Amino acid sequence: MTPDLALILALAIPAGGAAAVALLSRWPNLREAATLAAGGLLFADVVYLVRAWGAGAVPDVEMVELFPGLTLALSPEPLGLLFALIASALWIVTSIYAIGYMRAHGETSLTRFFACFAVAIAATMGVALARNLLTLFVFYEVLTLSTYPLVTHHRTEAAKRSGRIYMGVLLSTSIGMFLLALIWTWWRTGTLEFAPGGILAGTMEGREVIVLLALFAFGTGKAALMPFHRWLPAAMVAPTPVSALLHAVAVVKAGVFTVLKIVVYVFGVDFLAAEGASVWLTYVAAFTLIAASLVALTRDNLKARLAYSTISQLAYIVLGAALANAWGVIGGGMHIAAHAFGKITLFFCAGAIYVTLHKTEISDMRGIGRRMPVTLFAFLIGSLSIIGLPPFGGAWSKWFLALGAADTGQWILIAVLMISSLLNIAYLMPVVLYGFFSAPDGGGNDGWAIKEAPLFCVVPLCLTALGCVVLFFYADRIYRLLAPIVAS
Amino acid sequence: MLDQLPAIQIVLPLLAAPLCVLLRRRIPLLGFALLVAWTNFGVSVALLRQVLVEGPIRYALGGWAPPWGIEYHVDPLSGFVLMFVSFIGAVTLTYAPRSIAEEIPDDREHLFIAAFLLCLTGLLGIVITGDLFNVFVFLEISALSSYVLIAMGRDRRALNAAFQYLVLGTIGATFILIGIGLLYMMTGTLNMADMAVQLPAVFGTRTVRAALGFLSIGLFIKMALFPLHGWLPNAYSYAPSLVTAFLAATATKVAVYIMLRFAFSVGDVQMEFGASGLGAIMMTLSLIGIVVASTVAIFQSDVKRLLAYSSVAQIGYMVLGISFGSVSGLTATIVHLFNHALTKGGLFLAMGCFAYVAGGVRLKNLEGIGKTMPWTTFAWVLGGLSLVGVPLTAGFVSKVYLIRGALEVGFWPVAALILLSSLLALVYVWRVVEVAYFRAPPDGAQRREAPLSMLLPTWALIGATIVFGIWTGASAGIARRAAEALLKVAP
Repeated sequence: MTPDLALILALAIPAGGAAAVALLSRWPNLREAATLAAGGLLFADVVYLVRAWGAGAVPDVEMVELFPGLTLALSPEPLGLLFALIASALWIVTSIYAIGYMRAHGETSLTRFFACFAVAIAATMGVALARNLLTLFVFYEVLTLSTYPLVTHHRTEAAKRSGRIYMGVLLSTSIGMFLLALIWTWWRTGTLEFAPGGILAGTMEGREVIVLLALFAFGTGKAALMPFHRWLPAAMVAPTPVSALLHAVAVVKAGVFTVLKIVVYVFGVDFLAAEGASVWLTYVAAFTLIAASLVALTRDNLKARLAYSTISQLAYIVLGAALANAWGVIGGGMHIAAHAFGKITLFFCAGAIYVTLHKTEISDMRGIGRRMPVTLFAFLIGSLSIIGLPPFGGAWSKWFLALGAADTGQWILIAVLMISSLLNIAYLMPVVLYGFFSAPDGGGNDGWAIKEAPLFCVVPLCLTALGCVVLFFYADRIYRLLAPIVAS
Repeated sequence: MLDQLPAIQIVLPLLAAPLCVLLRRRIPLLGFALLVAWTNFGVSVALLRQVLVEGPIRYALGGWAPPWGIEYHVDPLSGFVLMFVSFIGAVTLTYAPRSIAEEIPDDREHLFIAAFLLCLTGLLGIVITGDLFNVFVFLEISALSSYVLIAMGRDRRALNAAFQYLVLGTIGATFILIGIGLLYMMTGTLNMADMAVQLPAVFGTRTVRAALGFLSIGLFIKMALFPLHGWLPNAYSYAPSLVTAFLAATATKVAVYIMLRFAFSVGDVQMEFGASGLGAIMMTLSLIGIVVASTVAIFQSDVKRLLAYSSVAQIGYMVLGISFGSVSGLTATIVHLFNHALTKGGLFLAMGCFAYVAGGVRLKNLEGIGKTMPWTTFAWVLGGLSLVGVPLTAGFVSKVYLIRGALEVGFWPVAALILLSSLLALVYVWRVVEVAYFRAPPDGAQRREAPLSMLLPTWALIGATIVFGIWTGASAGIARRAAEALLKVAP
């Protein structure tokens, strides 16, 4: 296998998986096997790509020329490889979880569900491995469209309303601002190819840079910067596996990944820092970071709280990009990985609790730790990683972000990071504390019997929780992968 | 034989039309018409190929040398338009058998087909001719036959709609005729190429300016540019499904084509747009039209009417591109002629499928249609996404060129308005999507698709919007060549 072929396969495997799912709709077990097989193949493929990259290969595939000089093309770079690796690894775990969850929950229309899921993953791979901004944008939009049927899976009135917000915010930001910024960049520079050091230096200056950055940052609605964050809580109407993989990992990370990528390869970190054009963005990110945490505190619905927590954590990554220095970019990249594992664990736990005990509100979850100890322990690990305590993955990314903030001399940003960590504790820990240390509501012996979710749900959430720990000890690998981006 | 292709392009459907009147039996009639339409498409492809490879074709009709005789002229622009008009004609005619069996009385089917072929002849004739008066003649052929076609709608309001179109269409055609007459008076020629040489000497005169005014307003009516679009919503809503699809995809586009010809091949764009302020007028009208028509579309409960208002908005995009007067702008206009023809043609064919099965095309008829007619509905959704301009659809390609055109001339607010109107399109498309997928189908509704002879043509056009959203070399590439030829700039 050549690296070029592996690059095409990264898109073709999930796309083929979607087709296989559609064809096998009459045989549910075979259909789910197809999803798992595609997941396994894709992960192996991405691992191969990472190794090939490590060995010095630079695969490059041009698919088709859309506009003069603008092709749909794939070519990996460290940040994208990291994102592809996380998404493909978690796709396998989520598929296992989804099979357990959707079946235990008696959901219908599973063919559409798994097919759209596979298409969404293919689009995520496209975003991750895009060689230029046009390709990234195209797959970004495919991702929005393919996840709409997943968000509105239940076809209820509530699903319709949330679907409107989802599509409305994501498409209007991307078409209204991202596309404009993209064409503007194309017109000014004559290219949209990602290049180390950026492509904009020398073609514009001053206020224009700020406006363009604003169009990109807010236009990437998936990054959920306030005030364009409403779609994320709305998307929680989806079945939990969708919230877990797409709205804690693939879709939202596609957003912040886009922002990072644009800052590093379109603007160029040095150009942004020299222009000082991203200072305002650090404040917007800092505001989002704190405000979303505060809102999370007020939410009693567990998934809603996790959604606002996600908004806040995404702002960390945008902040890392906006710092416009090496530490910030590396911290942002690492946080993509750390938050992915932490948050998907939390969502898996929320889903497991819902499937087993049919509880959605945190205030109803007293004592559940005695009934579902494994699940709640995994929840504890995920929470600690998100808060940023060692020995969990989140510790490193927050460390690098703090270094980056210190490097710019903006002490207020460090204060914001500190306060936010405290807020994280305040909104995540109560779930665990109530769960383990309060008596169950119903009383009686019945409330004490151990009753975990189906094995298909429990195993995945243990695996991702384990991932949070592994990330702490193998952080140097990620660091070494990302370091070349900012080496210049 | 190959030398005669330009004549065959027109003569073939023109002669086939009266023959259809003689064929009263259904199968020979439809078989013959289909053969003619697809052969005609083959001819147009051969012509386009020839033009792209060997350069423009000039064909003196009947051997009478121009500028006295009538000349047919095929360049990249007209070749491109000929190709897609005859393609849409052939596809919609393939869709016809089941569709007209449902909507047209049996004893009038042969008349319907004859009128359809005449309309096709007229539209192709306008595009291919290099003679101004000939434009008017073909314009009337296509217009008169389209009044007939529209009047054949099942709904009795179709008569009223056809009459309304007839009145406005005749006013438009008269204005165009007056304009052509005034130009003839000043230059003494009707041949476009010849007039391009003669015109600059008399350009500043009041007569030529008056001619320009008459021509523009006549064309604005024909292409249904806001606020002269009054005839369009009724005509599209009440005509037979097939006719709506065909006219929506071709008739207004051909009017835009004439505008391009007059503005760039006959006249001098600097003088017309600069001195007379025509460019500013066109830009203003098209922008207002885009926003107003898109907004009106949102509030329609009849989906055919919704798409009709969307067409008015889309015409605005095309005129907007012309008003930039740049390569990017013209490329956007020309490629959008094509892309929108595919998109709207496909959407209206899908409406025909809905009407065939569900018995109506009001939002109420479409409740839960995503469950009962999944393939047709999915085709409609893809077409709708192309209207919005989502990447990987044809609509995206046009939009990118148009926005780039706006940025190049520094019109930021215009670019913002184009994007805003995309969002309005999203709203009206999504209203239908929500009704189709989120409402329960009426009780007892079975899963039942439209017949394959209707579904396949629908998918052919919708599939083409996806294909030309990805492989843009054939569409945008030719459009760009045509634009460069019109502006006389080197590629």
